[in-house]
Amino acid sequence: MIYREAGQFKTTYAADQAIFPIAQDRVVVALAIAAAFLVPPLAGSEYWLQAVLIPLLIYSLAAIGLNLLTGYAGQLSLGTGGFMAVGAYAAFKITTAFPQVNIIVVFLVSGLFAAGVGLLFGIPSLRIKGFYLAVATLAAQFFLVWLFNKVAWFSNYASSGTITAPPRTVFGVMVTGPEATAPARYVVALTLVVLFALAAKNLVRGRIGRSWMAIRDRDIAAEIIGVRPLRTKLLAFGISSFYCGVAGAELVFLYLGSAETLAFDITISFLILFMVIIGGLGSILGSFLGAAFIVLVPIFLTNAPHALGLSVPVALQKQVELMIFGGLILFFLIVEPHGLARLWQIAKEKLRLWPFPH
Amino acid sequence: MSLLYAVFVAPFVDMATAPAFFVEVLLGGVFAGLMYSLVALGFVLIFKASGVFNFAQGVMVLFAALTLVGLMERGAPVPVALVLTVAVMVALAFAIERLVLRPLVNQEHIILFMATIGLNFFLEGFGEMLWGANVKRLDIGVPDESFQVAGVLVNKLELSAAITAALLVAVLAVFFQRTRIGRALRAVADDHEAALSIGIPLKTIWVIVWAVAGIVAIAAGVMWGAKSGVQFSLSLLALKALPVLILGGFESVPGAILGGLIIGVGEKLGEVYWGPLVGGAIENWFAYVLALAFLLFRPQGLFGEKIIERV
Repeated sequence: MIYREAGQFKTTYAADQAIFPIAQDRVVVALAIAAAFLVPPLAGSEYWLQAVLIPLLIYSLAAIGLNLLTGYAGQLSLGTGGFMAVGAYAAFKITTAFPQVNIIVVFLVSGLFAAGVGLLFGIPSLRIKGFYLAVATLAAQFFLVWLFNKVAWFSNYASSGTITAPPRTVFGVMVTGPEATAPARYVVALTLVVLFALAAKNLVRGRIGRSWMAIRDRDIAAEIIGVRPLRTKLLAFGISSFYCGVAGAELVFLYLGSAETLAFDITISFLILFMVIIGGLGSILGSFLGAAFIVLVPIFLTNAPHALGLSVPVALQKQVELMIFGGLILFFLIVEPHGLARLWQIAKEKLRLWPFPH
Repeated sequence: MSLLYAVFVAPFVDMATAPAFFVEVLLGGVFAGLMYSLVALGFVLIFKASGVFNFAQGVMVLFAALTLVGLMERGAPVPVALVLTVAVMVALAFAIERLVLRPLVNQEHIILFMATIGLNFFLEGFGEMLWGANVKRLDIGVPDESFQVAGVLVNKLELSAAITAALLVAVLAVFFQRTRIGRALRAVADDHEAALSIGIPLKTIWVIVWAVAGIVAIAAGVMWGAKSGVQFSLSLLALKALPVLILGGFESVPGAILGGLIIGVGEKLGEVYWGPLVGGAIENWFAYVLALAFLLFRPQGLFGEKIIERV
């Protein structure tokens, strides 16, 4: 009885096509964002912020990026890690070359660099489709990581090849570097991900998003009705890589502190793809749910034996973790192939009718 | 100018001045390529019959090799261990069909692809839990040493691997072309629904292809394991086999072989003659870029089925 739209009349097209057409949704989302801004920085422990929430937000951003490309535009990509690496290394180069530039601006500019690289590696998508394209994007993954590893210029000739986030402030508050507090970094990551999620939500319900979905559903038909495949696909690659690039920069600057190319290897590409698929292809909310799943499950599995009072050898525990992780992925795919976002949608449908059965 | 010279002239001068070394590099590439083909074959078999892009093929190689070594360590003679490993892989095929493929039937390709990645994690943990995670030596009785033929060093192990691969491919070709089951497999690969309507049991066929892919994985596992030890990195072979696949075409057995050879030879030549120019270690991505460049001209690979699209 609480969640239903009876009595909410829409008298303009604008109201009908709002991001959240139902008033309760607007309230819930506003409350959730407010809670996300207020509760964890004040109440959350250092561990929760640093080990759970910050990576969750950063991975969500990357997952939104990949979801735009794979879920909305239908172009399967395994090069996410490579594009994130571009963002991270670009941010490092820019902020060490121009220390006075605001770090947020640096993130955005490094996103643009990633977008450029994404455009370049998106060109084959015009001729190659499906799994062929997925394998082709692996070329980006391996080539970019190799490039950053080999060319010492990218890490400012550091002997170990690692890039380290220098201390930077936003509005006088230290947000990167070793002295930045976890709440400060959390708030920056949260602000960025909220803004970008809203932007993505707007993007996919507008002209661009619709042309992406047309290409995804049947590209030849889309082409015939006047959607230009070249522009549409490249735009998807560019914007997706922009998101991934910003996420990559955040990963180093707000979460890891310092990183090598190893942080961006193929496993991260797969992780992000998992988030997108487990969360739900073609759903912004799903990107958050998927990221939460992938971040939380390993933490839960690592801590579960402790909580149960079992002592398990480290090697065995790692193997069992892998098994359960793989098993859970299979389980979720079998139970709900359309992802967690679909479960949420079903729950909403049920809520609308509740407490009546039909 | 000097860069152009280093790229376009110097490598060929090197090749001409040391022909024996060139032939050695070439042979090394051919052998490596055949080994890639073995892994790629497993992909092709499953993709042809069920449209599943089986990312777990690399881990199946690892799992097969781990099982074989584990059984041998526990005192089983080689033939017994081999038979048991085959049995394990067949059982695995049954389990996968029953627990993973059947509930996911008719789902989109990307979902099935993800499921195989889940399978990948599961098998990796499972194999290491059963048999331990440390590097193991696999001794199949062929020494890892070289002999000279007309001034060219040939590695015995690589040679026997190449012969095995060739034999396996021949057997598979006969199996596909001449046997009843092979015909059924080809029918399923051609058109699922038509095959189903004339009474070919799809589920049985899937078990068979996964079992055959498992047996191919044993062969690949034995060969790679004998060369570099049975360890986790075997599962990364899947990544090596992917460019082979796109080069040869996902649906083509000859494509997997030829693609493997092209990638193997291209990779070795690139690494030896052009690698130093860019600081080496290009093996990781060179194959992908090679395959990518190739795809721009033939989007379906060398032997892949021509993609015909209708609205």
